[in-house]
Amino acid sequence: MVDQGLANRDTLENDQPLLLAESLSKSFGRIAACRDVSFALYPGEVLAIVGESGSGKSTLLQMLSGQLAPSAGYVSYRMRDGVTRDLTTLGEAERRFLFRTDWGFVHQDPAQGLRMAVSAGANVGERLMAVGWNHYGRIRETASDWLTRVEIDVARIDDAPRTYSGGMRQRLQIARNLVTEPRLVFMDEPTGGLDVSVQARLLDLVRSLVAELHLAVIIVTHDLAVARLLSHRVMVMKGGRVIETGLTDQVLDDPREPYTQLLVSSILPP
Amino acid sequence: MNAPAYNFAYLDEQTKRMIRRAILKAIAIPGYQVPFASREMPMPYGWGTGGVQVTAAILGPRDVLKVIDQGSDDTTNAISIRKFFAKTAGVATTTATAEATVIQTRHRIPETALRENQVLVYQVPIPEPLRFLEPRETETRRMHALAEYGLMHVKLYEDIARFGHIATAYAYPVKVNARYVMDPSPTPKFDNPKMDNCPALQLFGAGREKRIYAIPPYTQVVSLDFEDHPFEPYRFNAPCALCGAEDSYLDEIVTDDQGGRMFVCSDTDYCEGRQAAGHHGSLSAAPYREKAGSHG
Amino acid sequence: MTAMIDVADAQKTFTMHLQGGIELPVVRGVTFHVNPGECVVLSGPSGAGKSSILKMIFGNYRCDSGRIGIRHRGALVDLAAAEPRQVLNIRRSTIGYVSQFLRAVPRVATVDVVAEPLIVNGMARADAQARAGELLHRLNIPERLWQLPPATFSGGEQQRVNIARGFISDLPILLLDEPTASLDAANRAVVVELVAEKKGQGVAMVAIVHDDEIRHLIADRIVDVASFAAAA
Repeated sequence: MVDQGLANRDTLENDQPLLLAESLSKSFGRIAACRDVSFALYPGEVLAIVGESGSGKSTLLQMLSGQLAPSAGYVSYRMRDGVTRDLTTLGEAERRFLFRTDWGFVHQDPAQGLRMAVSAGANVGERLMAVGWNHYGRIRETASDWLTRVEIDVARIDDAPRTYSGGMRQRLQIARNLVTEPRLVFMDEPTGGLDVSVQARLLDLVRSLVAELHLAVIIVTHDLAVARLLSHRVMVMKGGRVIETGLTDQVLDDPREPYTQLLVSSILPP
Repeated sequence: MNAPAYNFAYLDEQTKRMIRRAILKAIAIPGYQVPFASREMPMPYGWGTGGVQVTAAILGPRDVLKVIDQGSDDTTNAISIRKFFAKTAGVATTTATAEATVIQTRHRIPETALRENQVLVYQVPIPEPLRFLEPRETETRRMHALAEYGLMHVKLYEDIARFGHIATAYAYPVKVNARYVMDPSPTPKFDNPKMDNCPALQLFGAGREKRIYAIPPYTQVVSLDFEDHPFEPYRFNAPCALCGAEDSYLDEIVTDDQGGRMFVCSDTDYCEGRQAAGHHGSLSAAPYREKAGSHG
Repeated sequence: MTAMIDVADAQKTFTMHLQGGIELPVVRGVTFHVNPGECVVLSGPSGAGKSSILKMIFGNYRCDSGRIGIRHRGALVDLAAAEPRQVLNIRRSTIGYVSQFLRAVPRVATVDVVAEPLIVNGMARADAQARAGELLHRLNIPERLWQLPPATFSGGEQQRVNIARGFISDLPILLLDEPTASLDAANRAVVVELVAEKKGQGVAMVAIVHDDEIRHLIADRIVDVASFAAAA
């Protein structure tokens, strides 16, 4: 028989959460866009927030990434120096610095995350220059490495992303975000506007980069296939609330809530 | 002779006080763009309305005014502004850099070294150095506030990627007093080193954009660059055809439609001064032809 | 001997909200244990809940009540109550699962699909690939296919790639869901051999096998799932 004292507590790795959301709520007037969301995200963990449009997942993402102040609750983040800080107590300079060093944000529309009129090399190099890199040769070399890692032909380094295809733009956006080796990347429907075949390639790339770089990722998606392929854990949102959460395969293979069962049953069989 | 219908130097005293407050703030925060309530002036935007307002606000009866446009004292723009102040303020005017106490300029810094008690007033079309890459004013102001200047290097990076070197030849960005990145107005980058540690006060006025900024005397002004692509001032590799100067900024003058051209000092006062002192160009006033072996 | 798996009174019911909330009892009172080096085969008719039990032990299905005791790094952990990342840790270093079908990752070469569990646990890529090669070789996947993604392979080939991926790591617990279903006699024999080797290494296994012959060859004990059938 199993002893009473199970070791669940002891076997958890002795690490601390990277990001902690505590009772996050956001109201716009009388509309509660997001209600009482709490969770902890650990280094290297990929969390998918799924739900339909209007479920509050984008509002939640904005609060988590410090772009929107919560009406109640807080988000804390363990900085690179090991100190955990409440995001609302960060000065704007600190928050913006965090955003271009230790964090990444991949937008659904690459035009929002890229400088469309500036060359790919400069798009990737910008974050380096922002943290004081001052050697053209080294910046360009690092940019070339990253283009290769995201499978963009280095011969295209001096072309502006407006000459790129949708998939290439998205891969460039990812390179631009990862060049400073962030520990946490937010992704908002990163495969949203792409063809199915292009999506698969992108997801595969993201999947391997996430594993290789031990990235923590919070990804907002309405696509359960994306959640299954990329995430360890999933939070299902409806009407501003988290209605079900757990291990991704658990939630998708054994959904409990009526809404989650509906979502899962709506996927076409592969 | 002061035209009686106008207040001294055209602007009313309240307006001048408002502009002076902006100037004082600009001097207190070197390189920072101070917003001011730019007035309608009796000339179109683009003709130096910002510079004219700054000059009007600082001019006193005993000042001696010089106005240059691209280094020249005798272009339309320079002459009309000089006449404007002669008429509305009755101040003495000059073309000699050394004699002037206030010099209003469009796109050049005089070759003659400036000294203390001189003020150089720049006419500025677009004061925001980050505008090229970031169209949102709210965002550029935030970037200045937080000293986020990575974007400035993006512009230089693009130059090198495209041309193999930093091809920005004018409006070359500088960092003032190790804090604010500033657009030195469309002066050629040849003039950038003159801004650094300059004994004279430098004021910048942008009329349409309603901004005033300043470099106080003896302030550090550094041109941005990369370690492996350091800043280099540029000038045509030729002596002035008129005065023979090899250290001045040159204008290229096309003399015919067969490729004939000559290089002359852009600073007319400097050039005339040297000629008066006996210096002569190798071609004198004759057209300079490249690769011409000898000349008559 | 200390059990590697100790399931006590586990119960599972599906509530089908989209079908008017009807309750589908799956199993209840599931109680058995598996020792190191032992292979327990779950038996019972189709629909008796064999696969569900396997998925509960893997943490893929949740339990309504009861306990799924798993010996993980020397301590007993209740998987039914574990946090998601703890379940992931346990899967990474304790429980392996060979499902019936390969969930193919597009564009990843077969040899890397097989080597991945070792690389995830820190083995150098070249060493991991070498071991993947040995296993693929034993399972008769020709070397010319190793660099191709398995998505285009036949069902049998995919199943063998899946088995190689499941058997490659040195995890102390292995769950086998119909590992020999679509294999020919030669490859079935290889799987029997692999199971025997794992037993020799002290691995605790739970298997679902329909083939009587194979069942007799690998089972140390048979647990009849019919006794856990949840009467509706």
